[in-house]
Amino acid sequence: MPERVAVDPAPTTGAGRGSVGERPGDARLLAGWGRTSPTIARVLEPDSAAAVDAPLSGERRGCIARGLGRSYGDAAQCAGGVVLDTRRLDAIGEIDAETGVVDVGAGVSLDRLLRVGLRDGWFIPVSPGTRQVSIGGAIAADVHGKNHHRDGSFCRHVSSITLHTPGGVHEVGPEADPELFWATAGGMGLTGVVTSARVAMRRVESAWMRVDTEQHGDIDSLMTALERVDASHRYSVAWVDCSASGRQLGRGILDAADHAAASEVTGRRAARLLRPPPERALSVPPIVPRWAINPLTVAAFNEAWFRKSPSRPGHLRHLSGFFHPLDALANWNVVFGRRGFLQYQFAVDDAHRELVPRTLELLQRARCPVTISVLKRFGPGDPGPLSFPIPGWTLALDLPVGPPALRDTLRGLDEAVASAGGRVYLAKDARLGRDMFQAMYPRLSEFQAVCRRVDPEGVLTSDLARRLGICEDSSS
Amino acid sequence: MNDPFGTPDSVLVLGGTSDIARALVRRLVARGTKKVMLTGRDRARLDVVAAELRSDGADAVTSLEFDATDVAGAASIVDSAFAEAGRVDLIIVAVGLLVDDAQEERDPAKVAESIAVNFAWPAVALARVAEHLRSQGGGHAVVLSTVAAVRVRRANYVYGSAKAGLDEYARNLHQALAGSGAGITVVRPGFVHSKMTVGRPPPPMSTTPDAVAEDVVRGLERGAEVVWSPARLRLIFAVLRLLPEVLWRRLPM
Repeated sequence: MPERVAVDPAPTTGAGRGSVGERPGDARLLAGWGRTSPTIARVLEPDSAAAVDAPLSGERRGCIARGLGRSYGDAAQCAGGVVLDTRRLDAIGEIDAETGVVDVGAGVSLDRLLRVGLRDGWFIPVSPGTRQVSIGGAIAADVHGKNHHRDGSFCRHVSSITLHTPGGVHEVGPEADPELFWATAGGMGLTGVVTSARVAMRRVESAWMRVDTEQHGDIDSLMTALERVDASHRYSVAWVDCSASGRQLGRGILDAADHAAASEVTGRRAARLLRPPPERALSVPPIVPRWAINPLTVAAFNEAWFRKSPSRPGHLRHLSGFFHPLDALANWNVVFGRRGFLQYQFAVDDAHRELVPRTLELLQRARCPVTISVLKRFGPGDPGPLSFPIPGWTLALDLPVGPPALRDTLRGLDEAVASAGGRVYLAKDARLGRDMFQAMYPRLSEFQAVCRRVDPEGVLTSDLARRLGICEDSSS
Repeated sequence: MNDPFGTPDSVLVLGGTSDIARALVRRLVARGTKKVMLTGRDRARLDVVAAELRSDGADAVTSLEFDATDVAGAASIVDSAFAEAGRVDLIIVAVGLLVDDAQEERDPAKVAESIAVNFAWPAVALARVAEHLRSQGGGHAVVLSTVAAVRVRRANYVYGSAKAGLDEYARNLHQALAGSGAGITVVRPGFVHSKMTVGRPPPPMSTTPDAVAEDVVRGLERGAEVVWSPARLRLIFAVLRLLPEVLWRRLPM
């Protein structure tokens, strides 16, 4: 399978290599999916769970695991230290025919797990907007999907994890050492290196989704509709036109869906009831000039997108088109050019729903184009101290770096989100400040206590952790 | 770490009282730089700059004093600065000494001093900085050169030729660092109104420390290897550097 990771062309020759001396691993420039702030680390590719122990016990310049590099910011890089590329931990066990429970290696992508499962009618329990996420990454970010309002986030479907820490190997789960398990869920890899996990798959009759599409002309109508479909559909998501203003502010397209039963799939589709997602993805040539993405072109794109999706109840769509539309392009992140892009995703409770339209207005006023934005409902969150979801709303915005007002506008948003008791998603973040992070994640000290227990020397760290002071005890 | 907008989190200045460095750091602090460490020759003046940066909101400390004629000591100055600062995302090399007095240029001691301060000390310091950047997995240095380094002129040939050496050295060190995550930007300002040039008649296209700082910030943003300030000097010097010597030495500059 082709590897699609956001690793910049690996410069392992000349000066880069000479500098690391005799220590093992190639020096490689690593960035997140947003391609901002790349740094160099030595990359090791352990081929067994045991092989992660040596760097964990001996590395003094820090160590962090990396999967497929789909965190947008600096979560899976560790400047000057060691990055453990987990992709060779790729075993998939037998899926229990009764319960759907399966043991998978941390480096297995959701894409591969889904393909293997689908043959026998099993689907992944939670799917983020891309299949190109590793199991380890899905746990570290406690990823959520379009079914969060009903099924919660990924770690709720994980019954045990093998976690390698500097202090030893732990088998943890919601019953076995729940404190360490939930700290690991959403802990951004800072409690240890997950080498394998036991995941419960979901039984499906087909690879097709029955989708109700509704076009809504303003944000109120869209949000009310999203609330309404919480009860009626397992999956729901809204695409928001961030260019529309005035009375059309926040107009968008709501997709509410459920897995289609075998009996609902007819015609040619019935012949390939469990059709896997397409194997091949197109590549985008990195030639889009910087000026091509501006408020005008983005507005034109949004207008076209809005119009091509009229309301349409009960149509069938393949799960790859419903869950992972952008996976059709292998490297869509390069269209934003050398400066890269940010994703800003926040969650607030129902009482602060007005923050959604206010965010759209703020970004419009600052002339910061939003290329893609997604609005979702969250159900109850996981018990993890750093797990992102809180019940209510979550809005995710793709923002090309470039508009001069972007930095201060996002800082202002941080403050609004924090004072609303909300938070920003660490898996997407590349820019949050320490003060805002601490305000948004008030249970940080619980997390740090777990870190001190399993990693007293502070070996586990990442550029994200250093930036936000995640592992440092701020009280000392 | 640089933030996604290219602003370094922590900055180390070698030659912290330089007017250009001071303007540059103030700009960076306004854009989000949090930690600044200042080193230089004159403790009292460094303290003034540090206080100014603190009032701008930075966590600024005055640190080591050093003597830039002590070339052999450059590496240990850099080592101690990194030891104290921890990770440094941007290093500004702004040590320099203008010698353009005809009398001074005939004084061997002054020639030695100019070459030490304008070339040897910064070059040795940069060599050490490069090692630190390699081992911390990235970072950037800004080296203050001058347009006079591109084509040295008779009026300040001691200064100009020392800076020419530094300019070549820094640009080639940048090439040597390819693939390490680290890099160097060379800044070539024209005549800058600053304490270094007080009392000298300004030639055409003179500029200010603030304007140079703005050009550097924008150059860093786009990843420039060389920043000319003002930018049109690049074109002018593309012509001037090709000028035959007979014409060059007759130019009124």
